[in-house]
Formats: sequence, C-alpha cells, structure tokens
Amino acid sequence: MSRIRVDKEKCTGCGLCVNICPFSAISLVDNKAAIDLEKCTLCGACAQICKPKAIEIKKEDKPQKDFSQYKGVWVFAEQREGNISSVSFELLNKARELAKDLDTYVGAVFLGNKIKEKAESLVWRGADKVFVVEDPYLENYVAENYTRAIVELIKKYKPQVFLAGATSSGRSLVSRIAVTIYTGLTADCTGLDIDKEKKRLIQTRPAFGGNIMAEIITPNFRPQMATVRHKVMPEAQEDKSRKGEIIFEKDLDNIIDKRIKFVDFIREAANTINITEADVIVSGGRGLGKPENFKMLEELAETLGGAVGASRAAVDAGWIPYSHQVGQTGRTVCPKMYIACGISGQIQHLVGMQSAKTIIAINKDPDAPIFKVADFGIVGDVFEVVPLLTKKLKEVKIT
Amino acid sequence: MNIVVCIKQVPDTTDVRVDPETNTLIREGVDSILNPFDRYAIEEAIKIKEDTGGNTTAVSMGPPQSKAVLTEAISMGIDQAIHLSDRAFAGSDTWSTSLVLAKAIERLSTIKEDQGQGPVDLVICGKQASDGDTAQVGPGIATHLDFPQATYVRKIDSVHTDTQPKFIVLERLVEEGFEIIEVKLPALITVVKEINEPRLPSLRGKMKARKQEIPVWTHKDLGLSEDLIGLKGSPTQVVKIFAPSQKVGGKILKGEPYQVVEELIKAIEDRL
Repeated sequence: MSRIRVDKEKCTGCGLCVNICPFSAISLVDNKAAIDLEKCTLCGACAQICKPKAIEIKKEDKPQKDFSQYKGVWVFAEQREGNISSVSFELLNKARELAKDLDTYVGAVFLGNKIKEKAESLVWRGADKVFVVEDPYLENYVAENYTRAIVELIKKYKPQVFLAGATSSGRSLVSRIAVTIYTGLTADCTGLDIDKEKKRLIQTRPAFGGNIMAEIITPNFRPQMATVRHKVMPEAQEDKSRKGEIIFEKDLDNIIDKRIKFVDFIREAANTINITEADVIVSGGRGLGKPENFKMLEELAETLGGAVGASRAAVDAGWIPYSHQVGQTGRTVCPKMYIACGISGQIQHLVGMQSAKTIIAINKDPDAPIFKVADFGIVGDVFEVVPLLTKKLKEVKIT
Repeated sequence: MNIVVCIKQVPDTTDVRVDPETNTLIREGVDSILNPFDRYAIEEAIKIKEDTGGNTTAVSMGPPQSKAVLTEAISMGIDQAIHLSDRAFAGSDTWSTSLVLAKAIERLSTIKEDQGQGPVDLVICGKQASDGDTAQVGPGIATHLDFPQATYVRKIDSVHTDTQPKFIVLERLVEEGFEIIEVKLPALITVVKEINEPRLPSLRGKMKARKQEIPVWTHKDLGLSEDLIGLKGSPTQVVKIFAPSQKVGGKILKGEPYQVVEELIKAIEDRL
C-alpha cells in the first residue's frame, strides 16, 4: 500500500501544508505537521507545497512498460446531424502541437451515419488520418455503441494519446472507453503539454471548483486519455490544400448494444445559441428583479452575437430555464467575454465562469464579489447601463 | 425496483479560497458537505421507490467521517446505507473509485437476490462531484458493471416495471437541447439539478438515521486486490498541485453612464 509520512527533522512547522490540505487532514502538533490518516486521500497537495520537502508520499512504482508500438494523437470528432462540433477543431489544433512534439501523426475518429463527405474537412483542419465508421446505429450518440466501436479502433491502431471535448457526450463516452481498456483519463483539461524527455502527456486541470490546479500524468497505461474544456484552445484553421488519408472502418464486430434506444433529439428553440458554444455570454442574476428584464439581456446578447446565461438565483426564481444556468450546479463556461448583469458573484457562480477571457460586471453594489474577478467593473444601475450599451453598440455596428 | 444511489462527501467549496499573498488555499472552517448533485440523485431514488415500490440503498466511499452523508441520505428517506471505508481506497482515481463502487453494487445485488428481493435494477449518481468535477465515476461504474448508462438526465418520463426486462424512458440534457432515450434495466443514470426538488430530512427520518447501523465494507469484503485500488491501481497520477493564476488589475469604470458605456465599448472592441 502507498504511504505518506512526515520527516520530523525536516519539518519547520511553517503550516503551509495545513492550509493547502483540501481535506483538513493536517494539523500542527508540537510545531510539526501531523497527518490524520483517516482523512488523508493522498492527493499530494501537501508534498507539493512543502518547501523543505519534509512530506514524502511513497508510491509503489510499477516497472516501466514498453509503449513503442503506440503511435498517434487521436481526436474524437463529435458530430450532431452531420455537423462537426467546434470543440473538435480546437482539439485538432492542440493535437497537431502534441503530435509534433511526439513526432507522430494526428488521427480523427469520426462516427455517424452518411457522414463520409464531411471526413475531408477533418483533414483540412489538421488530421493526417481520419477513421470513419458509418452505421445507422451510430447516427446519434449512444454511449455504448460509440464505446464499442472506438475500443475496437484503439485496439487495432494503438494510439498513444486520445482527446475528446469535455461535452455532455464526450465526457460520458471516454469515461466508458477508459474503463473498458483500463487506462487513465483526465477530465476537463485546460492545458496539455508533452514531457519531451519521457514522451508523456502532461494534463493540467482545475479542481475544487477552479480553486486549485492539478497536473496529472498517466505513466503506465496507453492511450493517455483526456477531455478538454471547450473554448480554452483556439480552433485549427481550415486549409483545403492539406492532404490526409481517409480510412473507412467496416466489419467492426458486435458494436451495437440494443439495451439503449435513441428515440429523439429536441433542439431547444427558445435560444438560438447554447452557452457552452458562445463566444459572448450576457448573464443575469437576482438584480434583474423579474423575468421580463431578461429581454434586455437578450437584445445585448443578440447585438454581440452571444447567448444569455443566468445565475442560480434567477433560475431558482423561475425567470429563465435551467439550461441557461452558469455555475457549480449549472454549466461551466469559458467564453471570450462574460458580461455579468446584476449578479453578485457568489463563489458557486464564479467557479462556473471565472476562466472566461474577459469579464465585465455591472452591479449596483460596489462590494459585490463579482468585481474581484472582473476585468472591467461598472458600479451602476443595470437598467440604465445595459440598454444604453446595446444602443451604442448598434450605432457602432452601423458606422 | 431496487435502487442504489452513489453519493460523496466533499469539502464545501465556499470554504476554499486562494490567499493571494502566499498563493495557498485557505479553508475557513472544516465543513464537509453532501455533494450538491447527490441530493437530486437521492430524491429521484426515493420518488421512484414511492411510485413502484422496492428498496433504496445509499453507498459512499470515503474516510470514516464521510459516514455523515449516508446518515443524511437515510434521514431524507433512503432505506439503508453501506459505507466503503478502507485506507487501501485512499488515493484512488476515477478508474479505481468506480471499480470499488461497482464491486459494492455487485455484492449488494447478490445479497438482495439471496434475500429474495431481486437484483439491483437502477443506479443513480449526481452528474459530478463538486470537488473533482470529473463526471467520470458514474459512467465508470456503469462500465465496470456492464450496465447501459444515461448521463445528465433531467427528467424520467416513465418507469416500466411490468415488462421483461424493465425499462425507463428519460430525457438527457445536452448542449443544444435534450435527447429522449429508452434504457433497459439494469442501468445507471446520472442526474442534473433540473430533475427534481429535493425534500428536506423529516424528523422521523432523522430519528431513524440516528438509530440505523451502517455497515462498513473494505476491499477484503469486496474481494478486491490492492493492485487495482488506491494510488497503486489508479492509472492517473497527480504530479503537481498549484494555485491558478489570479486575475489582477481589474478596472472599475467610473463616471456618467454614457461615459462608462463609451469606455466599455472600447474594451469590448479591443477584446473581441
């Protein structure tokens, strides 16, 4: 079993480990760190922060395996109704960088029904090989069928890295794949790099609602799998002169699982752009006072080509459907710009939006916590500022 | 219907903040709470049981003090609970954690069948835990059990218990809308907040929870090799933990609304 211990000689009693432990497992006893093993989960935060290196976590190392037969950085190309999701193009961009460092090729896995015309566009966006599997049962995402097909491909071609978007389908699918083939999977990464010496993927992800960041590796298993957060990485540009190989995979055995039946997909008409895809989100909170006032945000969002989000308070009050909720119990978003209107900025909301590239906050309370994460803050009345902003933006657009 | 709910104790993230001076985490108080999403899973299990009859069990893996969340589940109306607590589980990543939970569900299913109550029909999890945010353990359990899965369920349209096999029809929340899916049981689902309005623990529930014994199962009870659990069994390894770069230099725009808006438009044009 793995063990953690404190070297009392080295421990200076500084207390850094006490503060960083997310599980409150460390206290100072006689001015030395003491770890409560009942609470400790061996997460490693303390060993990392300890300056004199007094905390040691002993892991039983497995012998290094030979992974030389594993080649290629693969991307799951997600589609709905034949349209490839933009997160797939973001992944292809990253995959090209990783493949360069690993001196290998970029592969795209493309599942669906009657999709072969679209396969070429994955080459244009950076894939060297596109593995296409077509079947009426793969037309819509069904975790079990998709898992079986991709597991077959992974066994056959042995990629060293496999990436998918951290979407509702991507996350559920790759969890199944990783367990089936017994390999490591890191969720919701915001950074991916290659350790060039060891030829390993270094995966960076937020944890504890974005309050800490963790670097994670999968040293002894292949492929190294990760889901990547939408909008964190730039999309690969289209280059129609790129050439690549399109491989049609037929005769995959037993990929249909009849236990799940896809019945229908209903696109929610109320709002045209979904908040996880949007470059701009205009979000409203308790400060809006009543449901009618979301109209004002819709107009601003429309002017900026964005979508409307909401805080939990606004959703719980019944002013706007749950699918718009941003935050811990809603969706995590990462747009280029997040405009918070009448949102105070409780931590549960902040964890869902603080990685937006630019945050603008409009709130009448100067002490509202939202201003702590805002790049631009306006202490003022949303009912005055928002309509004026929309009006002026429209004027700018015209000229 | 025999239903299992998988729940987790998590640190209350409102207590976790980064000290900008020292770049370390500050935890005010030591509050641990039931993962917010698990409350919806518990409620859904109780609701289905109220409609179809049967039995509900809450299962949680964690250190001894995490028993509190199981007590809370019973006080809400869950029939019984099992605590998976063992030093050998510490350091488990999502692969190993889902294996432990799957083995526990298998064992429970066997016990239920021996008691003549039939196997586990449905496993319900919250969509993700608020500390790790991975959303990987639910599908992981389903895979270890070879159950079909439906994630991000926002509504159960119907439960059919008089068919062979039993099946459920449900709505699954996706980015652009929702999907309607029919799933044969046994199956695993993960639920989002929209699915229900969780009840508060009743006084009777609280009294029951206080008296009820919660058995503790270890890796030995589950027949699990130490090679597959804890740090050793986990394919992923955390190599470094650090504080995220802090946003600094936020600018407060001041003045009359039209001046502020002008400045804001410049900023928007700049950044988009």
